[in-house]
Amino acid sequence: MGLVSRGAAEAGRGAASAVDRPGPPDAVPNPTPTPPAEGADPGSSRSPGMVLKAFFPTCCASADSGLLVGRWVPEQSSAVVLAVVHFPFIPIQVKELLAQVQQASQVGVTVLGTWCHRRQEPEESLGHFLEGLGAIFSHRPWFQLCRERGSKSWSCKATHWQGPASPAASGEDQVMLIFYDQRKVLLSQLHPPTALPDRQAGDTTASAGGLAAVFDTVARSEALFQSDRFDEGPVRLSHWQSEGMEASILVELAKWAAGPVCLFLACLLSLISAASACRVFKLWPLSFIWSKLSTCEQLRHRLEQLTLIFSTRKAESPAQLMRKANMLVSVLLDVALGLMLLSWLHRKDLIGQLADALIPVADRVAEELQHLLQWLMGAPAGLKMNRALDQVLGRFFLYHIHLWISYIHLMSPFIERILWHVGLSACLGLTVALSILSDIIALLTFHIYCFYVYGARLYCLKIHGLSSLWRLFRGKKWNVLRQRVDSCSYDLDQLFIGTLLFTILVFLLPTTALYYLVFTLLRLLVVAVQGLIHLLVDLINSLPLYSLGLRLCRPYRLAAGVKFRVLEHETGRPLRLLMQINPLPYSRVVHTYRLPTCGCHPKHSWGSLCRKLFFGELIYPWRQRGNKQD
Amino acid sequence: MEDEQSFSDICGGRLALQRRFYSPSCLEFCLSCPRITLRSLTAVTCTVWLAAYGLFTLCENTMILSAAIFITLLGLLGYLHFVKIDHETLLIIDSLGIQMTSSYASGKESTTFIEMGQVNDVVINEAIYMKVIYYLCILLKDPVEPHGISQVVPLFQSAKPRLDCLIEVYRSCQDILAHQKATSTSP
Repeated sequence: MGLVSRGAAEAGRGAASAVDRPGPPDAVPNPTPTPPAEGADPGSSRSPGMVLKAFFPTCCASADSGLLVGRWVPEQSSAVVLAVVHFPFIPIQVKELLAQVQQASQVGVTVLGTWCHRRQEPEESLGHFLEGLGAIFSHRPWFQLCRERGSKSWSCKATHWQGPASPAASGEDQVMLIFYDQRKVLLSQLHPPTALPDRQAGDTTASAGGLAAVFDTVARSEALFQSDRFDEGPVRLSHWQSEGMEASILVELAKWAAGPVCLFLACLLSLISAASACRVFKLWPLSFIWSKLSTCEQLRHRLEQLTLIFSTRKAESPAQLMRKANMLVSVLLDVALGLMLLSWLHRKDLIGQLADALIPVADRVAEELQHLLQWLMGAPAGLKMNRALDQVLGRFFLYHIHLWISYIHLMSPFIERILWHVGLSACLGLTVALSILSDIIALLTFHIYCFYVYGARLYCLKIHGLSSLWRLFRGKKWNVLRQRVDSCSYDLDQLFIGTLLFTILVFLLPTTALYYLVFTLLRLLVVAVQGLIHLLVDLINSLPLYSLGLRLCRPYRLAAGVKFRVLEHETGRPLRLLMQINPLPYSRVVHTYRLPTCGCHPKHSWGSLCRKLFFGELIYPWRQRGNKQD
Repeated sequence: MEDEQSFSDICGGRLALQRRFYSPSCLEFCLSCPRITLRSLTAVTCTVWLAAYGLFTLCENTMILSAAIFITLLGLLGYLHFVKIDHETLLIIDSLGIQMTSSYASGKESTTFIEMGQVNDVVINEAIYMKVIYYLCILLKDPVEPHGISQVVPLFQSAKPRLDCLIEVYRSCQDILAHQKATSTSP
């Protein structure tokens, strides 16, 4: 059956090709319409009154008459027109070109119908000629779009051949014309609405029908848009490139230069990462310091990002390409802001002023702490403290402060040079400068951190002692094996000593609690300041600036969906709609494309934080990735 | 074919419903909300400026007056661009989908389009909010369960028309949906 049909089709094509070559369609005699053997497709679902949709590119609306080439989507009864093939053409060459495109792009591109752009009422021969073409290219339904030159009246028919015996019984369907801007649809990327959390990823593909298929078809048919009607080829096509080829010299140069530059930078970065991963830095004191400083974390993060940007592998998906672009813009902005900061610091000679002011400020802070301790050692806020314990703790902390002040005075000649070198690091980026600032704050308030740890440990010990002795007072015991409270019978002397200790601890509780409270508040203040700086660094790290710029300047590239507008409508004419791209809102752009950050976020909820504070457990809000918990 | 009717919303304001019939498979409803009145605008401006003048007599700082002018201007622009909706449009296209557009007073339009494959039905729901109010909503299909409902999208949320207006819109929507179901499910 197949061989016979092909022979018949060849015969038909041979007859038609001989008459196509001379040129203008009006001079062609009527070819006998050879009925195609695969005419009535029994598998096509068709019901009377169904409306077919034809997606037509706006760039082809002014093209000369020819054949419509595109893809037919039977599930949505819609035809996506991709290009117009102009007269004169040889059907065999058209079919070859379409087969090539189909192989290259995996899109089922076929001839869908005819397109007629004429001046006045059609002549009879043209009508028969166009129907004859319907016989050569077997596609059902066969579309015949028609437009009068210079006016807005369109007409379209979609016919189905019922069979060779009864061509008059062919049915016609209503057609709805939907115009779309081919270039914008080609370049845009559809973002489906966020799936609900209880769905698997595979389910969404079933519902992403209709319009996603149109976008997909246009995007994958790049191979069809290679040649144009102005090219010297066997087949002349009209599509979005016919409106003028767009290219920018700078972009082309950048693409050409990107290869060697990426290779060179990738080698450099791999050298740096190899140097930083060598064994010397993994020894215990150094590795401990590196893990605590946020500057090292930030530098490592930037190094990873740069390695990703300049890697010689091409990006596999549009999401990866966006991520690379976002990272590059973020790094460039960071370096620019850092250089601005550096120039501002040097212009006003702020580094010298800062170095001069640092020692007096540290002295002032130590003095204030001493005043605070003197106040605590007296009768703070009218509370009566246990004098002995008070004096012990107060003297201990005062000695600490004395040590700290001497240390600072020892360092004072070197401060300015250290600050100057640190200021230079701002040319690596504003985020690095901010991380260094956060680390400097941490180093300068190290004594507050020490006091907090001492106070917290004492308080924690006291609270645990109190709870265990309270259980003894009630005659219970903590069962470590079963992890629960069990009753226990104690001896009399155990009970006596336990109750004594319990009383002592209870009366010493206010003193310890007060010291703990004061130093915890100071520590929380320092942590809050560091937290703000980290928040700013995270913001600069994770904001997708390239995507936001793209949304601002080329909103059609990031599409949330489409919107339709009904064009002028006359009764009796088909319904015409204009499909435009609905851009993604800014909040969704940030949400979809935000870059991953170091992950230094507080991992406690407010409830667990309060619980830890009450029981005296140490809080470490800025746990770095990969460190074990204390 | 176009016709216009006048209804009222749940607060008593006047609404105008414009219906455009393009073809048996394409219908558009445009509901215009009551406009911003000169009286309310004057009242708000006078309140803000009187308060600013009162502060000025206390503080003797002219920055307060210029700040009041800026706040009034920016507030008005923000209100027109982000808050005040001028009209809401519902466009139903058989076999394509349903599109809702809200046009703000400054001309900004925000559009949502739902494909017909995701639409289960269009219904009028009841809600109890100090009194019983009715609203039109679209029920979306659940991709996992064929007859389940995954989401409810309410329509005309700023115009808030009453039941008589909603019945008009509901009848026309059901005509088109029935036609669409008939043509799509036949083999």
